[in-house]
Amino acid sequence: MDFQGFVITLISIITLFSITMFIALYSTFAERKVAAFMQDRRGPNRAGPGGIFQPLADGLKFFMKEEVIPVASNKFLFVLGPSIAIMSSLMTGVIIPWGGQLIVFGNTVSLQIVDLDIGILYVFAVLSVGVYGIMIGGWASNNKFSLMGAIRASSQIISYELSMGFSIVALLLVTGTMSLHEIVERQHGMNWNIFYQPLGFLIFLICAFAETNRTPFDLPECETELVGGYHTEYSSMKLGFYLFSEYINMFISSAVMVTLYFGGYNFPFMDQLLHATGSQNLVTIVGTILLFAKVFFFIFFFMWVRWTIPRFRYDQLMNLGWKGLIPLSIVWLMLTAAGVLFFKS
Amino acid sequence: MQSFSSKKKVIEQKKMTLLERLYLPAIFQGLGITLKHFFKKKTTINYPEQKRSVAAAFRGLHVLKRDEKGAERCTACGLCAVACPAEAITMEAGERRAGEEHLYREEKYAIKYEINMLRCIFCGFCEDACPKDAIYLETTFAPANYDRNDFIYGKDRLVEGFKRDEIVPPVVRTLEEANL
Repeated sequence: MDFQGFVITLISIITLFSITMFIALYSTFAERKVAAFMQDRRGPNRAGPGGIFQPLADGLKFFMKEEVIPVASNKFLFVLGPSIAIMSSLMTGVIIPWGGQLIVFGNTVSLQIVDLDIGILYVFAVLSVGVYGIMIGGWASNNKFSLMGAIRASSQIISYELSMGFSIVALLLVTGTMSLHEIVERQHGMNWNIFYQPLGFLIFLICAFAETNRTPFDLPECETELVGGYHTEYSSMKLGFYLFSEYINMFISSAVMVTLYFGGYNFPFMDQLLHATGSQNLVTIVGTILLFAKVFFFIFFFMWVRWTIPRFRYDQLMNLGWKGLIPLSIVWLMLTAAGVLFFKS
Repeated sequence: MQSFSSKKKVIEQKKMTLLERLYLPAIFQGLGITLKHFFKKKTTINYPEQKRSVAAAFRGLHVLKRDEKGAERCTACGLCAVACPAEAITMEAGERRAGEEHLYREEKYAIKYEINMLRCIFCGFCEDACPKDAIYLETTFAPANYDRNDFIYGKDRLVEGFKRDEIVPPVVRTLEEANL
């Protein structure tokens, strides 16, 4: 890699990192506002105009709190847990195509940092590492509630990763490629995958809720039974890392969903816009803005569901995963395969 | 078994239909309800800036009233303290001196009048007991303080339109010193 390419990659990674952190920061604020609005309240509105500085105050509070490491815990793993959790959730963002080509001073810059041939596999691999953060943290706390939360998290993710995988396989049958860049390119204009894979999307969506530990699948941190679940013993910024990684995961899964099923940065009439203005940069920027709009809608949807549906019981969760979603996703996979065979030959 | 009261209800537990077991219609219904609430008018208010109106008979913090000439009505009879079920009121009576007619309506008045707002239960019995119409419970409420002692309200915080220089040296005006 030449020096110029290195600098461009470095800049884009830092930009992506700050954007991800910023969105995660303000997701916490949005969550509180959405919760309040749905419960006919006003939500935080004291720090700054409309409460806009509330996340900064929350972050500051996390840094100022006393850092407690339990005596009976395994100290190395106790620190390692949240680090893995936040690291793995930050790693996924690099392969998502945030936009098309941008022409800056004659150089063509892609808004996707790395275009891997096996993009989806990378997402899956990194997402699965994330559960290690929860498991290690829960186990290292040496607390029964934490351990219960950790066990729940891992069994839940194993159960739902299967059907998520099947729904992705069905998608791959339609697109014929694993590269996220090409998957997005194939959904040019309004040719989105959601129209070919409605049930696959539904399965993927449900599994995404389970993978990010969001309600109605937030059993690992279920307050009513497990105090705080896997992060019961955590305090200060280490707790902040866990909470943050949940919001980053939410952002990234929304981005993956938009990329896979809702056309990524594609939007209807993009060819007409390119033809009318002749500016590729304009189309790219509009596409990126629309991509973020779609992502924000899904983040809102995550919150919307959280404040609507109660939590599943543990046996219901396992029933739904093993007896509901996995057979359904297999059937959908077969139907898709038959459809591809029928229409493409 | 036959029910002896008419209150017994037989609850039927029907098996869920396929559509109900899918959860999804119910979930979308629920999402619709929460979205409706999202855009609804909020029921809470921005408290310190906005306040809810209170009933006309609301019993808030006490006020020691003055008469139409601006003299204090209270004669330190002590009936309010007797009526108080929480024993929150204490007072010391003193004699009005010449030239203080504009300050106190009658010859006897309260040198010290204290209500402990932590003890007070805001029942309003003091209001009922007062023969001089001097004490009233008005609509201000929710005192907040850092110190328990600050909840003992003296005349400076009770008397309507109190001016600090009205109590001419309070130290020499206590009952014991007056008797000397």
